[in-house]
Amino acid sequence: MKIIVCLKQITDPEISTSDFRIDPEKLEVVRGNAELVTNIFCENALETALQLRERSGGSITVLSFGGESAEDTLRKALAMKADEAMLVINDGPPHPDPLTVAQVLARAIRKIGNYDLIMVGRESGDWGTGQTGGLLAEELNLPCINFVDQIEKRGTGLLVKRQTGEGWEKFNAHPPLVLTITNSELNVPRIPKKRDLLAAARQFVTRWSFDDLGVNAEKINHGESYYELVELKTAEHIPTCDFVSGKTLDEKVEEFARRIVEVTRAL
Amino acid sequence: MSDVVICLFAAAGYDRAAQGVAGAGRRLADALGVRLRAITVGAHSELNLRIAAAADTVISVDQSELIEYQPELYLDALTQLTRDYVPRVLLLSNDTYSQELAPRLAHRLGGTAVGDAIELSAQAGTIRVKRNVYGGKAVATIDIKRSPAVVWLRARAFEPVAGGSYTLATVRQITLSLPASPATQIIERKSEATGETKLEDARIIVSGGRGLGGPKPFAELREIAALIGGQIAASSAPCDAGWCSPSLQVGQTGKKVAPDLYLAVAIRGTSQHLVGISDSKVIAAINIDPDAPIFKYCRFGIVEDYRQVFPLLKEKLAALQS
Repeated sequence: MKIIVCLKQITDPEISTSDFRIDPEKLEVVRGNAELVTNIFCENALETALQLRERSGGSITVLSFGGESAEDTLRKALAMKADEAMLVINDGPPHPDPLTVAQVLARAIRKIGNYDLIMVGRESGDWGTGQTGGLLAEELNLPCINFVDQIEKRGTGLLVKRQTGEGWEKFNAHPPLVLTITNSELNVPRIPKKRDLLAAARQFVTRWSFDDLGVNAEKINHGESYYELVELKTAEHIPTCDFVSGKTLDEKVEEFARRIVEVTRAL
Repeated sequence: MSDVVICLFAAAGYDRAAQGVAGAGRRLADALGVRLRAITVGAHSELNLRIAAAADTVISVDQSELIEYQPELYLDALTQLTRDYVPRVLLLSNDTYSQELAPRLAHRLGGTAVGDAIELSAQAGTIRVKRNVYGGKAVATIDIKRSPAVVWLRARAFEPVAGGSYTLATVRQITLSLPASPATQIIERKSEATGETKLEDARIIVSGGRGLGGPKPFAELREIAALIGGQIAASSAPCDAGWCSPSLQVGQTGKKVAPDLYLAVAIRGTSQHLVGISDSKVIAAINIDPDAPIFKYCRFGIVEDYRQVFPLLKEKLAALQS
């Protein structure tokens, strides 16, 4: 089983709201002193792939499309014991539209070739479009299952379990296919060992440019002809919390209960 | 040509989400001066009847292969049903299935998808969508300039169709030719909904976070919810830790809820959680930390350890309710 896991490097979405700034001209988030991290769902995808390989064998190729710094994301993945790493350097705009991302990744995946499973995170913590998996499936003409958290090999096929809004569903599926991975208690990403991080720093990362993949950079720059970000603003809210008062805990809880009932009675 | 099309799946019925999609579709079609076409997949006569009062035409596919959701078959069916109409806009809800299908459907129709829309409008030549990004810390406005715009909506954020001034559309049943053996097949399905209202439709929610410290306090959370006629939910931490079912998760990657009262217990309030509750009418919190971000979004709150609050709160709610 050959697995390709796509990884996205993003500005740490856990940055506190008070440190969160937007550049209204560039329509970009100001990175400030926020870390660059691997998107958590991408790490859940890698963890799911690593566990599948541990049980059923195979190989894992990690693939990222991004700036130079995305190499760090790939090296961390190598330290987590991915077998090989590919970086597609983004020569275009910093935040390409979802279709462009899928088209570039699809080119790289075809170049890698012979894949059985393509795994991506369900969405990213920055733009969170939740489209990469589905669009990749269409670009590669493959079936797709979203929100997967467990995969088991069953004969020549796979038993795939995914989360739904109401519970879960199990699928019979036959590779090749695309899976988008969500988090569960079973796929918490492992922490790479220091020794493995050091070793990964010396491992080879294949680098591809748009030219290497036959991607038309000019076409990518025209992504905004169909998908244009026209405004980016911080979310607003007006703080108005009344903290219940009272001399004793009993008085405070009494007041709190009264406020709750006030709302529920109105229904 | 160039109609607004809404796609609804019969399994959920004419729930609040379906009503939101219908309302958004109706208003957009009226603004654009085009017809509203509804497509329903699966069998649900009440859904068809209700949607017929909102849309100008209704197409229903309820053949046996489509009674239960299968991604590849549903995608094939929706592609067949929309390919020839060249819709200007195609709207779906934000349930699991709609999210799964929307980007692929957009790709097949040569259009552009945008998801989790909180606002939708027609601008000169484009469809404008607002959506939360960066885990709810920012709001992005995106113009879609290629038809169809395939948009999945945070459906409960949209008002249902106003009034009843629309004539009842006829429901046309269509039978499609679908592939016999799709590449993936759902073989088992479990719904953890226990006969209660769907969390997304709940009017009162009592939700627990990381600060609960383990699975046991969820039983008490349930008792408090029962006292005020609510349901329980959780932030991501308890779900990730396996303290409760992942289907209870509210937030960026869980459910987007819109209750009249959301009571957050031992939930700090990360932006990823807040984005899932921002449509709540009243948010209240119990938290030991006065600086917990959740309080910035609360109408009222109590700064105490929930362990101290719970026994008293149960007693007082019971007394007040009687």
